[in-house]
This record gives sequence, structure tokens and C-alpha cells, in this order.
Amino acid sequence: MLCDLCNKNQATVHLTEIIDNQVTELHLCEECARKKSIEMEQQFGLADLLAGLAEFGKGLEEKETVKLKCPNCQLSYEDFKKIGRLGCSECYNTFKRYLVSLLKRIHGSTRHLGKAPVKLTARKFSKKSELEELRHKLQKAIEAEEFEEAARIRDQIRELEKKQNKE
Amino acid sequence: MKLDDLIHHTSEWLKGTGPYSDIVISSRIRLARNLANIPFPHRLNRKQAQEVLELVKLAIQKVDYLKNCLFIELHQLDSLDKQFLIERHLMSYEHARSDNYKGLVLDTTEVISIMVNEEDHLRLQVMQSGFNLFEAWNIINRIDDLLSEHLDFAFYPEWGYLTSCPTNTGTGLRGSVMLHLPALVMSRQINRILAAIAKLSFTTRGLYGEGTEASGNFFQVSNQVSLGHNEEEVISNINALIKQVIEQEEQTRQNLLTNQRAMLEDKIWRSFGILKNAFIISSQETIDLLSMVRLGVDLKIIKGIDRSVINELFLITQPAHLQKIENKRLSTQERDLKRAEIIRNRLQDVK
Repeated sequence: MLCDLCNKNQATVHLTEIIDNQVTELHLCEECARKKSIEMEQQFGLADLLAGLAEFGKGLEEKETVKLKCPNCQLSYEDFKKIGRLGCSECYNTFKRYLVSLLKRIHGSTRHLGKAPVKLTARKFSKKSELEELRHKLQKAIEAEEFEEAARIRDQIRELEKKQNKE
Repeated sequence: MKLDDLIHHTSEWLKGTGPYSDIVISSRIRLARNLANIPFPHRLNRKQAQEVLELVKLAIQKVDYLKNCLFIELHQLDSLDKQFLIERHLMSYEHARSDNYKGLVLDTTEVISIMVNEEDHLRLQVMQSGFNLFEAWNIINRIDDLLSEHLDFAFYPEWGYLTSCPTNTGTGLRGSVMLHLPALVMSRQINRILAAIAKLSFTTRGLYGEGTEASGNFFQVSNQVSLGHNEEEVISNINALIKQVIEQEEQTRQNLLTNQRAMLEDKIWRSFGILKNAFIISSQETIDLLSMVRLGVDLKIIKGIDRSVINELFLITQPAHLQKIENKRLSTQERDLKRAEIIRNRLQDVK
């Protein structure tokens, strides 16, 4: 049997594709099968899923994202959307605004509650607990429907986070 | 230690001991870590990649706890060695795909493995036999702490450990448990259970992790979420889920024993009969039949053979292991012959 794609070489790979309950059988030579598998890998992978999620995180000017580029590794936001991988730790800072909604979508949360590197724990512990304290207050304020107070605390939290992330 | 010595060892995780080892083959924790400000592996130039390798190597030398580890640079290995390490779950397919500036750190008992320059700069892994995630966590947590004294890990107080893929951001932790669920498969309840697992944002994979399909009766269950829970919580959540799956499998095994004993014994002894007498056997058929024999051993239907022997057969009948044992390249046909021979010899005295 000859290859369905090139009609030249002997078919050695037999593929069954099921799309919308339509079963198609493909008989391919090794070379075409290799091409096909690369194509299929490119068609849909984790990167696409992530890119799809990253799209959702919009609510921002298109132009702005196009321009955005990590100063440390030169990865652009467009690149990130294509490959689904960040380029370096600094990217997290550069793309922070967009990553917040992406992380929320993936994990259902944007707050790390796990461990920290030994070197950092000693230094940052006091600041972290200050944040915890504020978050607790915020929760209470919301529960009590004291929204003005909540907004004030929220701003305090943002201020503190900004400071910590710069460090 | 040399790589070839491993072939004569039994990996720690294959000992067939530890809690619930009749159903849980092994427990594994991995942590993804990166060095601050250096591009992630997929964006590294040669010089930077070499630098990462050197930095990690130096850090490992400074950690006394890791002093008996072997540091391998992947370009030193041939394709057979790499396949061999994948079969032993000491590294991933992804890691073996190219060997430019990639490293692998192994300890003699095969409990610890560290991939350098895989998807992240470091992928730490600790494996334990049986249902033992917390023990694995204790070990890996310690290694992580020790390494973090000598390496500058990329970390944000708000988002935790920063990883190449945002699906790992936060704890960078993935806990996986390898389960053997023949009764749930036989009674066709497995799909219902896998669907329930997926709903709780856990994933199920095959024997060799990411990108591999569940094969035969083996399922690897792991957490997907790495942000918003601390490490202990994540592990407790997996444990709670796995306990329920174990209970279901146990119950179903008992049901089969009570209601369909003849059918069950027939399946087990037929599988045993083929393994003990076959002259040509493929890798997939071996896995399927050994799975039934393992069930027979666990249910004490087959006596006089230890679980660890079955576990070892699972491992040494795989392609790269067969070729390592023979110390030469074997074609598929030659492997099928050799595989059958090894199994026949091993099961000879079992009645």
C-alpha cells in the first residue's frame, strides 16, 4: 500500500483519526508520518491552552501588550502567548498585570501560601505577617459590609505588596 | 557509583514495601526551582546553560546530605543509557530529548534525582515505595532547604517559586502516586473514578508521566494546582483522594473474590501460565500479564513469590533494561525472545 499523502513510499504507519465521530484512516510512510506528528503536536498543545487563557486576561489595550517585552530576557508578551512559557523570573514582574488573571484561572488563586527559600524567610518574615494581618482585616471588613474601610485596607495591601516585590 | 551498577540494584521504590503497597506502587514528589534572573532553560544560550550546570554542581558539592550523589552530564550518555534512566523513572522523556548542557543528579538508592536544565533549571524528585508522600516530602523539603542556602532561587513572596510554565508557579510541587487498580478496571468502574478525579483538579497519567497514556492497570494520580495551598495541604488533599481510591479498589477486589472467584482465579492463573511458558512476549503483553500475577500475589492466590520479584520483572523486561543486561543492542524480535526467557527463569520454581 502506498502512502496516502505522498503516494510514493510504502505506507508503514496506520493512523485512525476520530473527529466528531467521523472515523478516518490514514496510511502513511514514515517520513509523512513524522511530518504529520509534528503538525499534530503543533496543532494543539499546552501552549495553546495557556495562550487561550492568556487571551482572556485582556481588558487592556492591545497595543500595550504588543510592546511589552521583558528587559532581562527580551521575551515579548506575544512570544509568551505563543509558547506558553515565561522566559525568566523577571518576566513575572514585567507581565505581572496579565499574569494575575492567568494564574487565577489556572490555580483558582494568586496567593502563595507555601514555603520560602531559607535565605528569604529570616528577612521577610515580619513583612509577610503584616500582610497576613491586613488581609485578615480586609476579610472581616468585607464580611461586615464596611466597604469604605475595605477599600482603604485594600490600598494598604497593594502598597505593601509593591514595596515587597521591589525588594 | 557508576551508572551500570544500577542494573544490579533494586530501586528503593520497587521494594514493594511501605503502606498499602498492595495497591500503591510508589509515591513521588517533585519540586520545580529556578535560579533568579537567569533565563529559563528554553531561553538559555550556551554560556548561560553551562553556567547553570556549574552553579548547580557546585551547590550540590557543598551539601553534605548529597555527597554520595552522582553528577551526570547528559552528553556523556548514549541513547540506551537515557532510555534506561527513563524506565527507572529517574528522568523524563522531555529531559532526554536533547542533551545540550543538561545534568542529572542521582543518589545510590535512587530515592533522589535532580534534573538540571529540563523545563526548569532544577527539577528535584524524591521517590518512595508504597503510599508515602509525606516521607517523600520530608526528604525533598530538606534537600530544597539545603540547596537554597547555596543557590539563589527565583521567588516572589506573593506568587512563590517562579517557574517556566505558569501551571507550576507557587509551590512548584507535584505529588504523584502510582496506583495498581486491576479490580476497578475489570469491573469497569475505572472511568467513573477517573472522571471524578479530574473534576477535583487532579490528573491521571500513565506509567511514564506527562504525555503517556494510562497503560494496563496502572494509573499515576497527581495534583494540578500549585498556588493557593501550602505544601502540606496539597499533599493531604492528594492523600485524602488516594485513600478513597484505595478503598474502592480493596472493596472491589473483595467483591470479586466473593462473587466471581472462579473467573478471577482463571484470569490470574492463565496470565501466570503464559508468562511461565511463553518463548516470545512483547513489552505490553508482559505488563498486562504481570499486572494479573501481581493481583494474584496480593490476594494470596499465588503463593511462594514475593511482590518485589514481580516489581523487578516489570522493570527489567523493558527494552533498555534487557539490552543493558545483555550488554548489546537487541532488535524488537530479539528482545521479545530474551524477555520471555528472563521471565520463564524467574518464575520457574513458583507453583
